[in-house]
Amino acid sequence: MSRIKEEKGFSDELIAFITEWKSKPGNLIMILHRVQQEFGYISRDSADTVALMLDIPLASIYGVLSFYHFFKLTKPGEHNIQVCLGTACYLKGGEGLVDEIKNLLGLELGGVTADGKYSLEGVRCVGCCGLAPVMTVSGEVFGKVTKDQLPGIISKFN
Amino acid sequence: MAFRNYILVCGGTACESSKADAIYEALMAECNAQGVSEEVQIVKTGCFGFCEQGPIVKILPEDSFYVQVKPEDAQELIAEHVVKGREVKRLLYSKDPVKRHAKVEDIKFYQKQYRIVLRNCGFIDPENIEEYIAREGYAALEKVLFSMSKEDVIEELKTAGLRGRGGAGFPTWMKWNFTKQAASEEKFIVCNADEGDPGAYMDRSTLEGDPHSVLEAMTIAGHTVGAQKGLIYIRAEYPLAIHRLEIAMKQAREYGLLGTDILGSGFDFDIEIRLGAGAFVCGEETALLASIEGRRGMPVPRPPFPAVKGLWGKPTVINNVETWANIPVIIIKGGDWFSQIGTQDSHGTKVFALTGKIRNSGLVEVPMGTTLREIIYDIGGGIAHDKAFKAVQTGGPSGGVITKDYLDTPIDFGSLSKLGSMMGSGGMIVMDEDDCIVDVVKFYLNFSVDESCGKCSPCRIGGRSLANLLEKITKGNGEMADIDRMREIGEAMKKASLCALGQTAPNPILSTLHYFRDEYLAHIIDKKCPAGKCKSLITYSINPEKCIGCTACARKCPVGAISGERRAVHKIDPAACIKCGVCFEVCKFGAVDVR
Repeated sequence: MSRIKEEKGFSDELIAFITEWKSKPGNLIMILHRVQQEFGYISRDSADTVALMLDIPLASIYGVLSFYHFFKLTKPGEHNIQVCLGTACYLKGGEGLVDEIKNLLGLELGGVTADGKYSLEGVRCVGCCGLAPVMTVSGEVFGKVTKDQLPGIISKFN
Repeated sequence: MAFRNYILVCGGTACESSKADAIYEALMAECNAQGVSEEVQIVKTGCFGFCEQGPIVKILPEDSFYVQVKPEDAQELIAEHVVKGREVKRLLYSKDPVKRHAKVEDIKFYQKQYRIVLRNCGFIDPENIEEYIAREGYAALEKVLFSMSKEDVIEELKTAGLRGRGGAGFPTWMKWNFTKQAASEEKFIVCNADEGDPGAYMDRSTLEGDPHSVLEAMTIAGHTVGAQKGLIYIRAEYPLAIHRLEIAMKQAREYGLLGTDILGSGFDFDIEIRLGAGAFVCGEETALLASIEGRRGMPVPRPPFPAVKGLWGKPTVINNVETWANIPVIIIKGGDWFSQIGTQDSHGTKVFALTGKIRNSGLVEVPMGTTLREIIYDIGGGIAHDKAFKAVQTGGPSGGVITKDYLDTPIDFGSLSKLGSMMGSGGMIVMDEDDCIVDVVKFYLNFSVDESCGKCSPCRIGGRSLANLLEKITKGNGEMADIDRMREIGEAMKKASLCALGQTAPNPILSTLHYFRDEYLAHIIDKKCPAGKCKSLITYSINPEKCIGCTACARKCPVGAISGERRAVHKIDPAACIKCGVCFEVCKFGAVDVR
């Protein structure tokens, strides 16, 4: 275990969580959530480590990882920008916000800026439809966003 | 000790996003500063439902309903309302600025609503079990444990006629009864809180505002069918709801309402949270169970139904959040009472997330049988910005659209499916004249294609083919034969797909081909998008009679496609234009035409 801590960077809490859940049926998704909580994404290295600790094939882990949208396989930017593309936000111009952010930061959906500062993703319904169109930056929610507010919102996190 | 005033601050996600937390802190600080903290209790509640006007603060006993409150308003609210007993008029809600409403019952948004599921949302502090108990919380569990037989409980649900609120509308008592009758040492109770329909947040608000109602109902089900373990499968995207559930479970255990020997009855039952990971198909019950088991969420053919062979092969009751929240009330007030509400076909109420181009966006709960017109115009306040109503979409990616000719249809399970739509989980999205039906349908189809698990070919290939055809039509390359092709593929998907996702994915197309055929024809034959949404089919031009030459558009155009001297009529070069729409947005004189 100490090797996993030193070489793979798994914290004591994470190792304890995996050890606790190891014997429970249906543990894989819960464990992957915990890994992503720690690193912000799930690297090949982390997936290898989980496979080793749970004694299951790496393929089963990737099967699950690639099926669910929530799991990220690449490292997000320091500030992750999420633009809601649920129906209400779509009708009220969520897509326009995505286009404008792409222009402003020179990013594609799912991409990270060269300096690693920002990443951009489209998400399904944040559940604040009354505030449509909605976006979040590093978890902070911005509602009824217009295109001209974008430079201001983004620079707040610079 | 009684307080002079109770201040309720909305702590739902939408309000919390718009700084409800800071308002709560500011009110606390002001109470201390103005020396009234002993006389006032400030409570952070669940969602009030009136999200459009959030953040909301309600002060009792006057029942003053303050809207769009900012942290800076705290000083005035405490100094005026609490200390001097004068309402802060400028923050009270009213559409009519001259005649400000003061009371909740005067607000039209609430008048036609009837709250069973949301009974506690916006009234109690969801993080305090005692407030739930004070509103008859856990009285139903006590009744079930000590003065009802298991058969009585099933019978009560049967009399009530409660049908599942997750979409399919299957009678709840039957599910419970199948599991009760199944012979097995181990059984499970599952709460489906994987609310994946984009534009719907009923379940999230219920869990955030009243988590104990779900815990209580699951425990009742456990006792009735003979299960000792419950699982709540909830979207990882709902951190606040998860947090409040965890607090609620901990408190319930401390009070002996969850865990071993509940209320001294000898009955053991506990609940665990399992996180979803963003897969719409996991709302389908067999896929949901696969996901709880830690696998890819792919459906399997039914029967056997989960009620008989579910989680890890054991009999499992799965109900959705809204269904669960109804149950304690039914047990307390009786099935007869519940069956009086609603229509012949569907009893009780339904919660809808009313969103889109509506004036009052928010969460509404109405008796079944309420008409769409009442919801959209009386509760929702009509279409925003006085635009014309075009359609309302119910049932999300699995549903269809309803046009203005059918606005007087009373809503229940049967009437909506007759119109080619469905009740769904409760998303209700209003569209106005600026929305292109073909574009919205394409949005839904792309959603379903993205979310298809890929197991069965009708859904995997059919969905992709439909999305391709829609893309072709919105690009201006559609042919008349495409309409028949879409209908043919859609019908095949409905018949042959394995689960509800594939069976219902063509609904948005089939229903709009019926009600909005003209709009498809405009795209296919005239190569025009009447609403001006489909970029390939529109051109931007400047109306020389309206242009005053202010240069605003030319300065904003990202590709320099607009030319013109100051105070002279401007011109757009169609070859260079990328149709981003910026000129249209910035022109203050309405001089940019979209055709």
